[in-house]
Amino acid sequence: MEFKVFIGLEIHIELKTKAKMFCRCAADYFGHEPNTHVCPVCLGLPGALPVPNKKAIELTIMVGQALNCQINSFSKFDRKNYFYPDLPKGYQISQYDLPLCQKGEFEGIKITRVHLEEDTGKLIHEIANNQKVSLIDFNRSGIPLMEIVTEPDLRSTTQAKDFLKKLQQLVRCLGVADADMEKGQMRCEPTVNLEIVKNKRKYYTPLVEIKNINSFRFAEKAIEYEIKRQLEEFEKTGLEKQAGNKTTRGWDEKRQKTVLQREKEEAADYRYFPEPDIPPIRLTDSQIKALKSKVPELPGVKIIRFMNQYGLSREAAINLIRTNIRADEFEKKINEAKKYGLSLQEIKINELASWIGGKKFNQKKKLKEIPVIFIVRAKKDYKLPKEKVIKTVNLVIDNNQKIVEEIKKGKETAIEFLVGQVMKETKGQVDPNHARSILREKIKSA
Amino acid sequence: MNIDQLTIVKAKEGLKKKEFSSLELVEGYFKNIKKKNSQLNAFITLCEKEALLEAKKADKLISEGVKKSLLGIPMAFKDNFLTRGIKTTAASKVLQNYIPVYDATVVDKLKKAGVIILGKTNMDAWAHGSSGEASDFGLTRNPYDRNKVPGGSSSGSATAVASRMALAATGTDTGGSIRQPASFCNVVGLKPTYGRVSRYGIIAMASSLDAIGHLTKTVADSALLLGITAGQDKFDATTSPSPVGDYLKNIKKSVKNIKIGVPKEYFREGLEQNVKSKIKAALKEFEKLGVKVEEVSLPHTEYALAVYYIIQPAEVSSNLARYDGIRYGLGRKMFAGEAKRRIMLGTFTLSSGYWEAYYLKAMQVRTLIKQDFDKVFKKVDALITPVSPTLPFKIGEKTADPLKMYLSDIYTVTANLAGIPGISIPAGFVNNLPVGMQILGPHFSEDLLFRLAYHYEQQTGLYKKKPV
Repeated sequence: MEFKVFIGLEIHIELKTKAKMFCRCAADYFGHEPNTHVCPVCLGLPGALPVPNKKAIELTIMVGQALNCQINSFSKFDRKNYFYPDLPKGYQISQYDLPLCQKGEFEGIKITRVHLEEDTGKLIHEIANNQKVSLIDFNRSGIPLMEIVTEPDLRSTTQAKDFLKKLQQLVRCLGVADADMEKGQMRCEPTVNLEIVKNKRKYYTPLVEIKNINSFRFAEKAIEYEIKRQLEEFEKTGLEKQAGNKTTRGWDEKRQKTVLQREKEEAADYRYFPEPDIPPIRLTDSQIKALKSKVPELPGVKIIRFMNQYGLSREAAINLIRTNIRADEFEKKINEAKKYGLSLQEIKINELASWIGGKKFNQKKKLKEIPVIFIVRAKKDYKLPKEKVIKTVNLVIDNNQKIVEEIKKGKETAIEFLVGQVMKETKGQVDPNHARSILREKIKSA
Repeated sequence: MNIDQLTIVKAKEGLKKKEFSSLELVEGYFKNIKKKNSQLNAFITLCEKEALLEAKKADKLISEGVKKSLLGIPMAFKDNFLTRGIKTTAASKVLQNYIPVYDATVVDKLKKAGVIILGKTNMDAWAHGSSGEASDFGLTRNPYDRNKVPGGSSSGSATAVASRMALAATGTDTGGSIRQPASFCNVVGLKPTYGRVSRYGIIAMASSLDAIGHLTKTVADSALLLGITAGQDKFDATTSPSPVGDYLKNIKKSVKNIKIGVPKEYFREGLEQNVKSKIKAALKEFEKLGVKVEEVSLPHTEYALAVYYIIQPAEVSSNLARYDGIRYGLGRKMFAGEAKRRIMLGTFTLSSGYWEAYYLKAMQVRTLIKQDFDKVFKKVDALITPVSPTLPFKIGEKTADPLKMYLSDIYTVTANLAGIPGISIPAGFVNNLPVGMQILGPHFSEDLLFRLAYHYEQQTGLYKKKPV
């Protein structure tokens, strides 16, 4: 049987803002004592009112621009009304017909919309005093949540997984989110159905939305399973997609299958209406432009530039752009080396790239510790006479007593900084290994 | 100290001149409360112990020369204003034991100005009502005639001020809930411009319509209070940054040559003849003051009540969703009839398939009503209308017929739909029952409303009259 797969994605990403979406509670809720980051607003107490977080709106617009969306100059928040114990107001503040961004395209996939809403609290089901209880932690309530919806343009599991990874890369590069799926900072709900050609007629299987996906692996397995299941189901029942028969299934990791959660998905009536507590958002062209100028070089562009400019392999470039810190440090180091008077050809660029792109690289400590050896190709014809080298080494030691002290106390790696200084002073005309051994001697004997 | 004739302005003077202490003032009001409240039922919660303590503190501060604009002034608060540590019920059993953890912005501002809380006043539950009869804690009676309603939903606040159980009281006005009871009880009721006073910490009824105001004996007191409660609030995104005027200072400025419009749509069938003649007489008084009066038209007025009864219940149905029985102890079963009716109405009009026909259409007509006012305020500076089509009605007269009850708001809902300010001031008596007059103005024209109201009040002296 011939068939085509249609996958659309609905992706929720928690934005990395200091404060929550509609109040001033700290937004870094992960791992904190339950119900410690709460206030009348995110608890939905009587009389409390939401005041939107400007930063979150700006970050969402930046994402929209990176996804090549139209930015709506007039946008608003709406109330999505439904009952659930983790939703303290009885409605979620979301966006309905006028999202901040719409009609974009990313990696060849059409983006329907990007909008902003608030996260809900978290239910914890436990046994307390031999009784089953459900507890609510409101620390997550009101965290800014960006929702990205794609058209059903994805045609395979691999393509979907690839898209998700690139999206994660993008929001990390933009610095708007950590988007760690295991921590629930990025969640994805694929909607899957198939076009089956049978006896020269096309059939479409009912839409299925899949929930409970908290890793790329799960996304892959769940979609893969769902394709298989829908094929079998169609063989058995011949049931086709029609209004009102969309269902929701959850991925069950233990049983390695999707399980029916809700039928008649479209029947849910959220009774949307404009949020009267928040005035509409009006953006001028110059405001939109100003935000656009804040959008940095995007991962896809950067990968290609790294390949062209530095002659890196695609893999090496991808490893480097995984985080902004890595990519930035890579380029910073090359610029430093250039200052030492080294040409691109003289830098051991692939070694540098794999070191910064690799596991050993500590993002927090960053650079000083990168062995200079990686940035300098061993040069055979160092022109500088030995006396001159020793003179420079002495000068560097004199000027960097603090670091010398640190080295004496055992912080061995700090010597690389001094090596770098010697390289700088001599415009790269000295063998760094040679400079290092002289430095070691001098410090030891000092 | 003569509590009967006391106003905030006078009480401030008395305290300053040490004619009486804040403690005497507070004791005086509790004496009145003990005498009258059992019959009138204006309060849900009384805070006698705390108030006396606060009064002593205020007296100490006064003796130390501390200056605060309302230091030692006792006030009552409608029971939908959150008061930290003081039970706040919105007159509904759903919240019968609810003790807030924070103060509403307005409560905070008034406390910081030195106000002492006497207690929390009765109201129609969730502010749903025009008679004070829909309270889950018993109805409030009109101090001028105990068989009549005091109006609603700020029923307890109006009754408390009129019967001298409080110097002033706060109120909320979603469709007339300050102005109509003020009119029924011969007091001054102010509904400020939407966005002029913060809604933060006030139990929401219909968020796009709720205005936070107060009921006082005089226009000067009303102006004085607004000077304190008004202003942008970082906790309410709908508050306006427009500057707060010195309302009290400007109140005496002449009103000569100000143009007043009389919208003909507010004087048609349904308006009781004796109310109409009082308003007409009031217009004559204004002319004596040099005010120019002319007839104007607000053509979409007839749709206002219908629009209001779509938008308001829609927002109500959403705002009451949080009282779902999970967090406030008492569940949805405790909602009484009027709240249930509005939840059902609102849920219905927002449902898919009906939304376009009801909510969307109502929002479109709301824009037309706003435009009516925009246009008319290009011609005239303010409008004068009746507040209520009828005199205070009999207890029980309209409870069986919600539509009849809803008609009580016919002249007041327009101001909420348009977001403009309105003030209700005493305009005389018919058969010993008070009649109120409404002055409406453009957005943020409170200054002008106070001036017009003040001059009329000084000319007639109606505020001096009190219930027997």
